[in-house]
Amino acid sequence: MIQRASLSRAVRLAFTAAVLGATPLRAETIKVTIDNFTFTPADVTVKVGDTVTWTNHDDIPHTVVSAGKYRSKTLDTDDSFSFTFAASGDYKYFCSLHPHMTGMIKVE
Amino acid sequence: MSHDDHDERGLSRRKVLECMTWAGTGVLWTLSGGVPRSLGLVDAARAADQPTTGLTFLQISDSHVGFDKPANPNALRTLEEAVNRIKAMPVKPAFMIHTGDISHLSKAAEFDDADRIISQSRLDVHYVPGEHDFLDEDVKLYKERYGKGTRGAGWYSFDASGVHFIGLVNVVDLKAGGLGNLGAAQLEWLEQDLKGRSRSTPIVVFAHIPLWTVYPEWGWGTEDGGRALDMLKGFGSVTVLNGHIHQVMQKVEGNVTFHTARSTAFPQPAPGTAPSPGPMKVEDARLRSLLGIASIDFKVGAERLAIIDTPLAG
Repeated sequence: MIQRASLSRAVRLAFTAAVLGATPLRAETIKVTIDNFTFTPADVTVKVGDTVTWTNHDDIPHTVVSAGKYRSKTLDTDDSFSFTFAASGDYKYFCSLHPHMTGMIKVE
Repeated sequence: MSHDDHDERGLSRRKVLECMTWAGTGVLWTLSGGVPRSLGLVDAARAADQPTTGLTFLQISDSHVGFDKPANPNALRTLEEAVNRIKAMPVKPAFMIHTGDISHLSKAAEFDDADRIISQSRLDVHYVPGEHDFLDEDVKLYKERYGKGTRGAGWYSFDASGVHFIGLVNVVDLKAGGLGNLGAAQLEWLEQDLKGRSRSTPIVVFAHIPLWTVYPEWGWGTEDGGRALDMLKGFGSVTVLNGHIHQVMQKVEGNVTFHTARSTAFPQPAPGTAPSPGPMKVEDARLRSLLGIASIDFKVGAERLAIIDTPLAG
């Protein structure tokens, strides 16, 4: 039953994608690291449906905040936060503890 | 540990490098007629030599209780060492201020541990929050524990021995790409707080992030700090005490003396000398020379407060 349900959802998604002319059949996960108070890469371009995962490698906690869009919990050392982008647009973000740390996810 | 080799633009290169070799216990502040001098804590003999006819209080900062990374695997232990030094002081200070980052991750247990150790000083403590004290999900633990009688995110003022003390909060509602932030509501409150106050009243302002621009590339400054300082311009003696940068820096501009205290947890690099402002790992033997406290001595009739920064060791 579960397989059938997810199969039908996949078909619906594929149909929607075909109608919209997009091809989000294989959503990707893109990694952004936090080292030395810097998001790397700082600018990333992804497709609708892709997920970005931020991982903090610093000895100091950081956050990932895109005003009104998404907000991570406090990420201690080696903690990660993921967000799946469902709509296109430019998502500027920053660390709310160290606001000089900024980055952008461009969703096409 | 002289504080007089700064120039108008701030600290000399030599001074910055010198700062790198310190880390501290805390700062003992002596307000002498308006200008702060910090007295050595570790150096008890020297502190004892200082005749304290005015007000003497302590500054402690950046305890980061809960921090356990290589730069200092036991930040609670070094906080305890700092408090032990305070307990051993020959002259009991009037009270203590804590300029934020009490905890590392705003966990209840971290605040509990900090309180357990700091209360052993048997001094009244006036706190302002650091950004590390607002990390709990509901952002309520700091307010519950330290926010009584404060406004907004935790700002307030009080008077002691004729000196007006103002505790400010510059770690909330930070804007992308910006620095520390006081915000319109707090600035408005500050204006009211200062209104009608005699210009000869010595003022001590304390907040976590430096109110002056130390190094914007690392976020070491306060976006609207200049507006607060403008309001303080007419006062004869203004002392601004901060933490956040985990090293001693001082500059004097007109009637305003700016000073940052060491952390009791871990040192951070001098501006621009490392890839980031993150915790600086030094040899174990050097760590305690880079942690410390400050003592401030305020003497009636003198121009400046005496501030003495004292490392935990060395």
